Amino acid sequence: MTTDTFAESGADLELVGIHKRFPGFTAIEELNLTIPAGSFFALLGPSGCGKTTTLRLVAGLEAPTAGRILVGGTDVTNQKSFQRPVNTVFQSYALFPHMTVLENVAFGLRRRKMTDPLGKAHEVLRLVELDHLASRRPQQLSGGQQQRVALARAIVNRPALLLLDEPLGALDLKLRRQMQLELKTIQEDVGLTFLHVTHDQEEAMTMADTIAVMNKGRIEQMGAPQELYELPRTAFVANFLGQSNLFTGPVVSTTSAGVAVDVAGHKIVVPATRAHRTTGEITIGVRPEKLTLHSAKPIHDADVNVMGPGRVTDVSFSGVSTQYLVEVPGAGTLIVFAQNMTFGSDVKFGDGVWVSWGVGHGFGLDDDPADAPRFEADFDTRSIAAQRHLEGA
Amino acid sequence: MKHSISKWVLPAYSALALLILMIPIGYTFVYSFNDSLKSNITWRGFTFDKWLNVCNVQNGAVCEAFGNSIFIGVVATVLATTLGTMIAIAMVRYRFKFRSQLSLFLFLPMATPEVVLGAGLAAQFLSIGVPKDMLTIILAHTMFCISFVVVAVKARVASLDPALEEAGRDLYGSALQVFLRITFPLLLPGILAAALLSFALSFDDFIITNFNSGAVSTFPKYIWVSAARGIPAEANVLASAVFIFALIIVVTVQVSGAARAKRLEKLHQAGVN
Repeated sequence: MTTDTFAESGADLELVGIHKRFPGFTAIEELNLTIPAGSFFALLGPSGCGKTTTLRLVAGLEAPTAGRILVGGTDVTNQKSFQRPVNTVFQSYALFPHMTVLENVAFGLRRRKMTDPLGKAHEVLRLVELDHLASRRPQQLSGGQQQRVALARAIVNRPALLLLDEPLGALDLKLRRQMQLELKTIQEDVGLTFLHVTHDQEEAMTMADTIAVMNKGRIEQMGAPQELYELPRTAFVANFLGQSNLFTGPVVSTTSAGVAVDVAGHKIVVPATRAHRTTGEITIGVRPEKLTLHSAKPIHDADVNVMGPGRVTDVSFSGVSTQYLVEVPGAGTLIVFAQNMTFGSDVKFGDGVWVSWGVGHGFGLDDDPADAPRFEADFDTRSIAAQRHLEGA
Repeated sequence: MKHSISKWVLPAYSALALLILMIPIGYTFVYSFNDSLKSNITWRGFTFDKWLNVCNVQNGAVCEAFGNSIFIGVVATVLATTLGTMIAIAMVRYRFKFRSQLSLFLFLPMATPEVVLGAGLAAQFLSIGVPKDMLTIILAHTMFCISFVVVAVKARVASLDPALEEAGRDLYGSALQVFLRITFPLLLPGILAAALLSFALSFDDFIITNFNSGAVSTFPKYIWVSAARGIPAEANVLASAVFIFALIIVVTVQVSGAARAKRLEKLHQAGVN
């Protein structure tokens, strides 16, 4: 069995043609995914997108309706949860309340009859800086400490693959930021493969090498955080990973340099290399922080897209930046983030403004604008949980 | 006005209620020291004899009945607790056919008058030709105790986070290991409470027992029979002993619980931060 020894390093995870149907709905349809050994991989998506189900399938807590799961090249689809070289950090931590912290951490080692389970448990508790609390019960610890015990309890087994199910969700913002850095450091130290499930896009971008954005049981787009942010492929990704200003219109001309789109009478250009489609009706977009506000119409420049005049309908100050909503007739409402470089803002509610951005910042989506954006998830994790309950898994 | 109510009426009312509750128990305890002859109704002087020679009267009939009740109680409790716990886990963790009907059937014995239950059982034992003895009592007690065990344990199972068992499986525990090391220890307080309740119900059951016991004597049955001609003081001795035993358990649990809470609080103050 694979669980007799410690994994020397992380292992690849391969999901091949995974389907998961619960009575009444499909949680995952046709999921193919390869996660290279030693990487920090994030599955990002809204509630009910199938990300937690994916994690449970890999952990062996749920069986796929179809498809295969391979860890380090070995097919584990038919292995029971306790036979898989995989450990999970649960969302609720699931620490055993009737055992001390030390016994919690040593639990997996004891089950596998490892030598010196307590010594190894102490060692990993030192790694997460909790060895002085080894004799406490979990309920005597704070949330952040419990989270670290849950992590220690999983990584002490040196799993080929570590699954993290929104493990930072219950922590307050400051502690969460701190734990994100710690997790990342630990992952680099121990060299394990991490599969991290989260709905927090900022968390995913900070921690992961690769992000897969999931929606309605499918992966919408996968890539490095920066790549996803700079060049989203679908409207869902563009809006879930940060915010976007999206416009739809017909392509009026295509040159080697750019694709020009007519948006309510404005000619907006997107670089050809950043557009997934170049003909017909297409959706293009730009990130709010790339926009600049002008109180007078800017001088024409081929490298700059201009929209306006519009009216400022909302100004909200958030410390680092100020968010403006600008209503441009025909094109909809644009979101603009402006750095607070000076005290007070020059643009006020109700002002007439023009908005501009460099042509190079725009992107063109792969979505067919005729399809409604697949943004609203039509079921949530609670209904999955209810179904699981009904199935009696 | 309000002030005088809280000052006098409430304490007086509470004291009266407590007094009424305590009189029969006090009477039983005091009269276990009565130097009585055949009947134990009039006070004839203080003695330790009844406590010292509790099994030496009427060829030990009191003690035999008491022993039978303990034996029946223990066996019925073990059976009912084992079966009831299994049913409770199944009902909370799994979805199966006739689950809601099962729930109703488990409720029925608690709602049915004991006379009906006892008579019905007696009729069934008669019609299938099972002689009434210790076995039929144990079967009858196990039957009605199961319902109470299921109710008590079910609440505990429902409050158990399924993620704990999943974590056990995830950490290389086989189904048996997960049950023994996680599920069972966490359900234990509920199971123990159910067992205590079950034993108490079995120990003092009279109606159902009377229908299904044949010639076997139990403690409640013995007292019922002897009440006609005056309960012997030995019965008071045993009843008092049971009461004192129960009291000791309750006090011990309370004191250790309070000590535990204090210790936890100290730990918290000392150093979560």
